[in-house]
Amino acid sequence: MKQSRSLNFALALYVALIFVFVFAPIVFSMIFSFNSQRFPTIPLGEFTTEWYAKILADPDVWEAALNSLIVSCSTAVIATFLGFSTAYSDFRYGFRFKGPYLALILLPPTIPLIIMALAMLAWFSKIGMSGQLYSIIIAHSVLTAPFAMAVIRLRLNQMDPDLEAAAWNLGGSEWQTMRHVIVPFCKPAIFSSLFLTAAVSFDEFAVSWFVSGLNKTLPVVVLEIVQGNIDPQVNAIGTFVFLISMTLVVLAQLFFASRQMKSTQS
Amino acid sequence: MSTTPEPRPNIYALTWRLPIIFWQLVFFVGPVLFMVAMSFFLVKNYRMTEAFEFVNWGRMLTRGFFWDSYWYTVFIATVSTVCAMCIAFPAAFALAFRASESTRRWAIFLLIIPFFTSYLVRTFSWFVILSESGVVNAILGYVGLGPYTMLNTNFGTLVGYMTLTLPLVVILQTVTMANIDKNLIEAARNLGCSPLRTIWQVIIPLAKTGLIIAAIFCFILSFGDFVAPFYLGGSQEPTLPILILDTTKSGQQWPRAAVVAIMMMLTLFAIAFTGIALAYRKGKGAK
Repeated sequence: MKQSRSLNFALALYVALIFVFVFAPIVFSMIFSFNSQRFPTIPLGEFTTEWYAKILADPDVWEAALNSLIVSCSTAVIATFLGFSTAYSDFRYGFRFKGPYLALILLPPTIPLIIMALAMLAWFSKIGMSGQLYSIIIAHSVLTAPFAMAVIRLRLNQMDPDLEAAAWNLGGSEWQTMRHVIVPFCKPAIFSSLFLTAAVSFDEFAVSWFVSGLNKTLPVVVLEIVQGNIDPQVNAIGTFVFLISMTLVVLAQLFFASRQMKSTQS
Repeated sequence: MSTTPEPRPNIYALTWRLPIIFWQLVFFVGPVLFMVAMSFFLVKNYRMTEAFEFVNWGRMLTRGFFWDSYWYTVFIATVSTVCAMCIAFPAAFALAFRASESTRRWAIFLLIIPFFTSYLVRTFSWFVILSESGVVNAILGYVGLGPYTMLNTNFGTLVGYMTLTLPLVVILQTVTMANIDKNLIEAARNLGCSPLRTIWQVIIPLAKTGLIIAAIFCFILSFGDFVAPFYLGGSQEPTLPILILDTTKSGQQWPRAAVVAIMMMLTLFAIAFTGIALAYRKGKGAK
């Protein structure tokens, strides 16, 4: 296709502008976290680590960070297990009501979080499970399991179904085959899923806010600070939160990519 | 896909099949059904009593403020969807047809990151950037423009919605268009189609399914978000999610909030079903 150079240049510039829009809030949050002025304006004030010192000295922030860590790690493990078992069932078996079965795991993300938050708050109160850290873990695992399922299902797509049968013919039981063939084959996807579900859980605030009670996670603390006033501490917490979730997502993608490369080679 | 038909599932099969059924029935289907039931409960002296009355439904659906809020939310989410689809399209077009394979991979790789990073902090950052003395007005000030009021307006809300939806919409559009058979586009060009006509009559019809799905996702995300209208839009006109928030957090009127939530879900179902029907319609009729 011959296209004028200026058009291609304009399109490239346009893509760049989209990226500026998408990453501007992340970049400015980081810049302002080191800015001495209480209200962030341009020109910037002096370089300071005051806001970091403040949040590091705040026991509430530490507690919330610990809660977030516990919640996202537990969620990652539960959601990945649920996602793996569903992906494997879908891959291996045909059975009646498979559509509704898959809908069970895939539907939650299509329902707005505020609605899930209200529904879960009411239900957990009803069955006496509200206001605990495990309430958040349970809620998050429902929300993140589809991500795990999708990632692992894509990996299973690349597996030759005869591989399992071959293992059985060689005398392996189904359980042994699972342990020695399927799990190792899915390993990159399992890691990818662990990181991805942890990242989603680490940033989720609506459901956490509703069901958490006194056990706040980091995003809930941010939500409460933001409701009060403009507070540059948010930028400092935000930068920290960004770095963690970006690391998790990049790790997830690296495992995902390494898997793709291996499969195209073989 | 290997789907071995099996008459009776054994313990091994059930070990993998049952966990998700159990978990989602108790922690997903349970909450949603309970919320529907709760919309018929009564609240007396700040205590909820289980009942089957239509009081909450009557109270919400006959009030002007509910319908004002309802139509405003539908309106702003529609505007958001149209904006996101239009803003994303040239970028997705460039990434799908002009960029190299590796550039496209990198772009998608980068766009996945913000989708999974704190939306709340990004919104707060926009609040600071868009404020009266913020970054945008400071830059505009250097060229002698402004200051403009961008916060507490629909514009502010839309910037928030774009933050939430744009990365996803660009990714979905790019992937859809990258999958189009390039020969068809080449053929259209050889047959004398102008570039715009090629986009309109070849690319968009071929990408229809993916484009509609991107729009549905965009609508769902905007429709259900409370952060952007609350912090950037100032919520002078409360959207439905803000209505749920207010009703829940003040006064313990959970059943009324449930009514709002159910109305939202019904709306989203209707839109999703219509959209999916449109997306997969006349697959054979299309040239």
